[in-house]
Formats: sequence, structure tokens, C-alpha cells
Amino acid sequence: MATSSERSPPPFPEDLEPEPDEVGDQDSDDGEDIFLGTDNPLEIKMDPSLSASDITSSTKPLSEASSPPVMDLLSEPASEASSAPMVDLLMEPASEGSSAPMVDLLMEPASEASSAPMMNLLMEPASEASSAPMMNLLMEPASDDLKEPPKPDIDPLADIINDTPLSEGKTPVAAMPQEPPSDLFDDEPSELFAEPRQSNTAKQQQTSIFDEPDEDLFSEPLGEASKKPQNDFFKEALAPVAKASNVCGPLSDNYNEQPTDIFTEEAITTLPSAVSTVSVNSKTNGVHSDEEEPDIFAEATVELSLDSPRNDRKKKEAAKPSASASAPAPSVSASASKPQPKTLEEVQYITLEEEVEDKFELNISITNPEKVGDGMNAYMAYKVSTQTTLPMFRSKTFTVRRRFSDFLGLYEKLSDKHTLNGYIVPPPPEKSIMGMTKVKVGKEDNSSAEFVERRRAALERYLQRVVFHPSLLQDPDVREFLERDDMPRAHNTQALSGAGFLKMINRATDSLSKMTIKMNESDVWFEEKLQEVEAEDQQLRKLHIMVDSLVGHRKELSVNTGGFAKSVAMLGSSEDNTALSRALSQLAEVEDKMEQLHQEQAASDSFCFAELLADYIRLLGSVRASFDQRMKTWQRWQDAQNMLQKKRETEAKLLWANKPDKLQQAKDDITEWEAKVTQYERDFDRVSATVRKEVLRFEKEKARDFKKQIIKYLESLLQSQQQLIKYWEAFLPEAKAIA
Amino acid sequence: MEGEPSPRSGACFHQGSFPRAVNVDLQTDATLQVDISDALSERDKVKFTVHTKSTLPNFKQNEFSVVRQHEEFIWLHDSFVENEEYAGYIIPPAPPRPDFDASREKLQKLGEGEGSMTKEEFTKMKQELEAEYLAIFKKTVAMHEVFLCRVAAHPVLRKDMNFHVFLEYNQDLSVRGKNKREKMEDFFKNVVKSADGVLVAGVKDVDDFFEHEKTFLLEYHNRVKDASSKSDRMIRSHKSAADDINRIASTLYTLGTQDSTDVCKFFLKVSELFEKTRKIEARVAADEDLKLADLLKYYLRESQAAKDLLYRRGRALVDYENANKALDKARAKNKDVLQAETSQQVCCQKFEKISESAKQELIDFKTRRVAAFRKNLVELAELELKHAKGNLQLLQSCVGVLKGDT
Repeated sequence: MATSSERSPPPFPEDLEPEPDEVGDQDSDDGEDIFLGTDNPLEIKMDPSLSASDITSSTKPLSEASSPPVMDLLSEPASEASSAPMVDLLMEPASEGSSAPMVDLLMEPASEASSAPMMNLLMEPASEASSAPMMNLLMEPASDDLKEPPKPDIDPLADIINDTPLSEGKTPVAAMPQEPPSDLFDDEPSELFAEPRQSNTAKQQQTSIFDEPDEDLFSEPLGEASKKPQNDFFKEALAPVAKASNVCGPLSDNYNEQPTDIFTEEAITTLPSAVSTVSVNSKTNGVHSDEEEPDIFAEATVELSLDSPRNDRKKKEAAKPSASASAPAPSVSASASKPQPKTLEEVQYITLEEEVEDKFELNISITNPEKVGDGMNAYMAYKVSTQTTLPMFRSKTFTVRRRFSDFLGLYEKLSDKHTLNGYIVPPPPEKSIMGMTKVKVGKEDNSSAEFVERRRAALERYLQRVVFHPSLLQDPDVREFLERDDMPRAHNTQALSGAGFLKMINRATDSLSKMTIKMNESDVWFEEKLQEVEAEDQQLRKLHIMVDSLVGHRKELSVNTGGFAKSVAMLGSSEDNTALSRALSQLAEVEDKMEQLHQEQAASDSFCFAELLADYIRLLGSVRASFDQRMKTWQRWQDAQNMLQKKRETEAKLLWANKPDKLQQAKDDITEWEAKVTQYERDFDRVSATVRKEVLRFEKEKARDFKKQIIKYLESLLQSQQQLIKYWEAFLPEAKAIA
Repeated sequence: MEGEPSPRSGACFHQGSFPRAVNVDLQTDATLQVDISDALSERDKVKFTVHTKSTLPNFKQNEFSVVRQHEEFIWLHDSFVENEEYAGYIIPPAPPRPDFDASREKLQKLGEGEGSMTKEEFTKMKQELEAEYLAIFKKTVAMHEVFLCRVAAHPVLRKDMNFHVFLEYNQDLSVRGKNKREKMEDFFKNVVKSADGVLVAGVKDVDDFFEHEKTFLLEYHNRVKDASSKSDRMIRSHKSAADDINRIASTLYTLGTQDSTDVCKFFLKVSELFEKTRKIEARVAADEDLKLADLLKYYLRESQAAKDLLYRRGRALVDYENANKALDKARAKNKDVLQAETSQQVCCQKFEKISESAKQELIDFKTRRVAAFRKNLVELAELELKHAKGNLQLLQSCVGVLKGDT
């Protein structure tokens, strides 16, 4: 919950932001200052009442202390003690924000009714609000409407619970179980009460307990409305809260028993926060539901309040792309990676690679594609021959038979292992149901032979890329693939299998999370490279389409030339001038050869050029995957940092509450998370370095591949031009011989 | 189209001197020389400036020019066809209607798609389309010129009054296009003619020469038709391939400009190469079009004209035979013998006149054909060689540079 609010801060004007910083620096005793600090001058007037309420509230609970059930607590402060001042009190901060009516509403029932109806009441507006336009409801007049509910709504709790689904249905947010409370409980009121109380430091302990009920009831709207400016004094307020929630079990129990409360609160909270995206909320909620500990509330709030303003802003940047315009640079605390060592690494890497190239003696060829089996169960098997002087292999030459799915299986294994570390794992050619079906059906026509050959070549290039990669070559799976005679059948490579489906879903969620993670990129190099890769990907795709179209047109040209050749031959045969007739049949022959030439050229367009492009489009996908991996590691590191901060917050609260028994646990947690943060940071640095190395390597490979392939392609063009010259030169005297 | 702004408003092509018409071999002499010295494309109209140089006495001047449009050419052709006097000659086929619609449509589409492409792409596309337009234009002019040259070179047709008027009269001939009714009539005439043609063709010719020519032309015409359409197709796919290379070149260029690594130079170099080779490919396609497709198209029409001549002769033969039969009948009945005799005489004369000139015409047709094919095929081979060598040189130097780089 807390994270949700932090991910999607209410759309507060920027000028409010500086305040938290200011406030954050102040001592916990300066509660009044905080109010003064806020924009609304009204608050200043209210201050006396605030302190009054404080005193009352703090004294009351003193007698009741920690034992009474929460219900009582809830009703106590509301009905007896400080209803009047509290209204004011709550009103005032609310006027700061946009949730004023809500607060009103909350107050009304408090004075009139007991706790149960109060919940009802809370329910009502919430469900209403959630379905109706927010702002209207939130306006002052709304409070009139909201006064009514108490009377009809003195229903049993059960009813209320029945109501809740309604609100659930209406707002996705409301549907979140248990979470909202954290917000409620932790937020504002604590500040209200705690602040002044802290000035009367003597009563600390008791008030802290007392704070709680108030908080959960009333804090919400305020918290939501003025979350940003107050962030920092939440810190102070929260310490006791956390303590309390830890200490008095029944209390936390109680929270759980009041789902209605929770829902309504949640509804309210989201409403004032207006724009803050529901989806983000729900997502974070989902996260929270995982950690169902009593600590939950404390944790959640800690994150919100304890975050240093710097961190806070950073997170906001990360969460809100829209904020990027105003995103200040200074908060580079979490530097992605250090630029200095990199150049060194690069150098090292390159030399390393050269060494590898020098001693590299490994030739792989794939030959003899062979159809095994019949019908739809048929598959193509390829002979994978390896020639090597590398000592890691048992012999110098060996041959295995592999089928296409084995290649896919190898990729799956490699990708599972190495993508995590930021390696660019070369992808194999895609499954082609169309092409394979043709082969399976057993038509021995040109296109299926071409398909088999194309795939063979693609597999060969794929394997060569794999073994050429110094790290991948070391992988036992690669060795096994090359050496082992009886390869266990690769599973889950079926395009239409359940696993394939799962993979698809995984990919979808991956791309979704990619969209939500907005990395605060500190290293310009990565940013630029990624952009470059994306632009290149786009152009290569475009180019690929064009080359495909060229292949198509060349094939068409070949067919049409063939047709023309036949036509000319016919024309020649009917021509009654012998010399012309002869020349025409010669022309027909030339055109026949041209047909062949165009055919071959189309093939080399396709094999040399289009396939190269297809390879690199796939490879760029892997490059992007490694960039994504780096981002994921970054995200993990950030999450761990947040977690650590929460833990620290917990510790602080425990210290405050003077609960030594829990303190040890908290301290352990902190050490654990500290270790994790260091670990993850190291991971991130390592992945960053790997990605950088890999990208440089990839670029080198790419340059080499393109040069090699395109030169090969140009040579094929060159050859066909030479042939062309030969043909026409032979024809020219024939044409001249026409008399 | 008149008054309606074309996508490239105001743009008109002005063509000075042309490469000489390539399709036919013409035995021109100094007495009458005709060419199209200039042509102007205005919207859907093309105005040809017909330039004549002549020593013939029936022209007022030795050298003069008039402006003619396509319709006037058609009028001239039709006047030849309709003239009974010329029944024994192969009437030079009329030039095809200028057709800029496809090219114009493309230009219009380009104008619409202007926003969706980069400025360079747009300029490039525009230049390409304009070049295409220019090519069609040149072809049109050449076809019209060929028609006039053929007429001017013909020993009989060159003396035709209508032709002289066409060449000399310096004002609009105010011919109009055929209206719907006339078109319908033409259509029916054609149907009747072709049905009749089948009948006439079925009649066994007395003369072996004509019998041979008849079978030859029937076959030849069909095959030339086939070859012509096949060559069109071939050239079209050649052009598409050239276009693809062009697009590949520009994408490579983009790749080269956005890449930061040293491959960019490589891409730019290859892009430059493709840019050049595609121009050559396009030229190859254009030259094949001009030397091969146009030749075949011309002989498609010319062989049709020769077939028409044979039809007229066959018709005359049938008429003559019928007249003979009628005369026999009349003699047997001893009734209207004189009338039958005269008509038999007329038919006989007509048939003999046609046969006499037709024989020479068909021999000429063959000579012309062989000469034209020779000329065009030699030129085609030379151009193909020239382009292939140019291409080869480009590729060699580029590969050399690239290899030097690596």
C-alpha cells in the first residue's frame, strides 16, 4: 500500500515538494512548525485546537491504556473526547488537500454513533464515491449527504460486509484486502496526535497506543490528501505506530477484523488522490498480499515515510515517466554502474577475446539434412561435425546427429543460464510450421529443398555463433550437444505445446513489467546503445522486408524471363528468314540462361543477404533481452534497498517503543537485507559490465559478419554480371549475322 | 482532365531532339523527310511538332513545321485504311494512344503520401516517377514519329493528299475523336470483318506465295503477340527488382547514418554501390523495353496490318470468284451477261491490283522486319553488354575497397 502511494503520488503541485525536505530535517518536536510550513494559512489558526485535542486524546487513552479492544478505542476518542476539535483538526489538513468532505464525513458519525455504525458510515460514502465522479462527492456539500447515512445505516457489521463487495466491484482498488489499513493506520493522525504529544514527551508511551485507533480512522483522508508534504513527519509519527502494532496483538487482530473499514478507507484514499493510477495501486497491492505479517503495516508505512526525500524523488521518477520533464538530476544516489572501471574492462575483454581468437580452433559444420520418419511425426536430422584442437574435447573430430528441436533445446538451456547474467545468447532459427509441414508431406519440390537448405545454413551459423562465444563455449551443455551421442530428447520446444504457451505468457508478463519498470538510467552509454539497438532493429526489419521483396521480384523475373525465352523460341521457329530465325533462337537461349542466372541471384539474395538480416534481427532481440536483464537486476537492487529502508524503519520504531525482544529480530533483518543490497548491487554492476562487454563483442561480430556476408553477396552479384557479359558477347555476333 | 489541376500542375515535359526512332528501318530519301522535332506534354494532351523537309513540288515551302495531336494521327491513319486505293498496301499501323494515367496516378499517390516519408525519400521517389513519365513520353513521341516516317517512306502513301495536308496545314485539322455511335459501328465492323476473315482465310489460295504468307502471318502474329506480352512482364519484374534495390540502398543509408560503430562506413559504401547498380538495372530494364518490347509491339501491329492486307486480298479473291460464278450463271441463263461481265472485270482488276502490290508489300515487310530486328537486337546486345560491364566495374571496385577495409 505504502509502495502504491509512493509509486503513484497524488498529483501534487511541485511547489509543495520542497517542504518535506525542509520538514524532514527538523526534529520530531516541531509538529507545529510543520503545519505552519504548509501552504494553508488556516492551519495556523487551528493550532491551538490541535494541541488541545492532543492533550485530551493523550490523557484519555492513558486510563484505558493498551488492554481495551480496538472497538472501544475507536469509539472513545471519537464520541467522547475530542470530537469537536478533531473535526476542526482534521478539517484543516484536509483543506490543504482535496479530501475535505471525507474528513467531515468521518467526523460526523464519530460523534453520533458507536464504532459499528461508524464503519457503516464509512462504507457508504466510499462505495458511493467509488462509483460516482470523485470530485463532486468530495466537495463540501457532500457532507450533507453523508450525514444521513448514519441513521439508516445502523446495521450490523454483517451488512456492511455485504456492502463491501459492491465497492469492490466498483473500484479495483477497493477490492484489495487488508492493505489499505496500513495506510490508514499509519498515516496522518499519528502525526496529528503524536506531534504535539511529542512535545509533552513524558506521556509518550501511552499516547502511542492511543494514537493507533485514531489513526486508522481518521488519518486516511488527510494522509492521502497531503501525503507529499507530510511524508517526513510521518517518520516521527510512525515509530510509535509500528511499535504499537507490534506490541498489542489484539490491536492488529482488530484491524483484520474490520474489512469494511479497510475497504471504505481505501476507496476514500483513492478518490482524493484522484489521478493516481488504479492499476499501479492494484499491482502493489498484489505484492503486499504476499507478505501477510503483522509487521506489514509498519513496513508499508516505513517505506513511505522513512524514505529520504532524495530517495523519494528518485522513486517517483522511476515510477512516473511523466515526471521526467522536471526530473532533477541530483538524485543519482543509486548509480547504475561506475564508468571508470569499464574502459579497463573493455580493454581486458578485447585482449581476452583476441587471445581466444588466436588459440581458437573449432570448426563446426552441419551437413546431410535427412528426413527421419514419415508423416507428421517426421523430422529433419542434421549431421553436426566438429573439428577442434581444443583440449576440452575428447577427440579432434567427432560427429553427432541432432534434430531441430535439439538445437532449440540447447538454446533454452543456454538462455536459462546465461541470459540472467546479461549474456547475449545467440538465438536459433525460428520454428516454421509451414516450411516443416511441406517437408513432412514429402514434396520433393524446390521450395522444400530450399527450406531445408536455408535451415541447415541457419543452424550452422547459430552453432558457430554459440561456440565462438568464449563463455558459452565453456558451458557443459554446449559440449554435450557437440559430443554426446545419445542426446536426450529436448522437451518443451514444441511451438504449440503447453510449455510453449507458458513461455508465451512469460514473455507477455515480461514485456509488461518492462513497461512498468522505468529505469533511472545513470549511464548514458547504455541509454544510447539501447536506442541505437532499437533504431537498428527497426531499420534491419525494414531492410529485411525489402530484400525479401527483391528476392520475390527476382524470382518473378526469372520465371518471366523463362516465359519470354520460350516465346522467343517459338517466334524464331515461325520466322521465315533463316538468319533472323537463328538469331531469335539464340536470343531464346540467352534468355534461358538469364532465367537461370536470375534464379541463382535470387537464391544468393536470400541466402547471403536476407538470412544475414534475419539472423541479426533475432540477435538484436537477444541484445535487447540482455539490456532488459540489466534493468531487472537494477530493479531487484532497488527493491532490496527499499526493503532495507523499511527494516531500518522498523528498527527505529522498535527502539522508540522500547521493545528489545523484537529488536534483535529487526537487527538481524537489517543485516540480512544489507547483505542482499550489497549482493544485488554487485550483481547489477556485474551484469552491467557483462552487458557492456557483450554488446561490444556483438558489435565486433556484427561488423565482421556483415562485411563478410555482404562482400560474399557482392561477389555473387559480380559473378552473375560476368556471366551476363559472357552470354551477351556470345549473342552479339549472331545478331550481327542477321542479313 | 482539361482544366483540372494535375498533381504536378504546370509541369510539362519539353523534348527537343530525340534519339532516332529505333523500331523500323526506313529507306528515307531527300525528297521527303519527316520527323517530330519537338513535343509538349500538357496535362493529358501531347502536342507534337511535325517537322517536314521536302523537295516535292506540291509543298509551298521546302521546310516547315506544324503542331499535331494524337487524334490527327489517327485521322490520317483511318483515312488511309478507308481509301480503297490503298487496299493493296500495308497501311502503317497507327501509333498507340499516349497513356500517362498510370504514371500520373503514381505521382498523385506520392503527393498524398508526402507526409509519411522523409524528404530525401520523397525527392527520390519523385525523381524516379518523373523519369518514368519522361520515358513514357519519349516512347510516345517515338511511336508517332515512326508512323510518319513509314508513311513518308512509302512510295504511294507519301503522295497522299491527306498526308500532305497533315504535314503542311498550319492550323488545327479540327478532327474529333470518334463518338459513341461511330465506335459501336467500328466495333461491329470489326466483328463482321473478323468473322469474314475466318471465312476468307479458309479459302484455299491459288497463289502459293500468298498461301504461304497467310499461314506465316497468322502464326507469326500470334507468337509476336505472346512474345510481346511476355517481354512486358519480364521488364516489369525487372523494374520492380530495380526499385527494390533502390529502397534497399536508402535503408542501408539510414542504417549507415544511425550506426555509431565502424560498420556505418561499410553500410554507406554498400548503399552508394546499390544506388548506382540500381540505376544501371533500371537502365537495363528501360533499354530492354525500348529495344525489345517496343520492337515486338510494333511488329505486332505491323503484322496485324499485313494480315489486314491479306484479308482485303482474300476478300477480293472471294468476290472475284463469286463474280466468276455469277458470270457463269448469267451465261448459262443468258441473262444480264453484260452486267455480270463488267462486275467480273471489276473484281478481277481489283484482285489483280491488290495481288500485285500486296506481293511487293509483303516482301518489303519481310525486309523491313529483318532489318529492324537486326538493328534492335544488335543494339540490345550492345546495351546489355555496356550495362553489365558498368555494373561489373562498380562491383569490382566496391568489393576491392571493402576488402581493403577489412
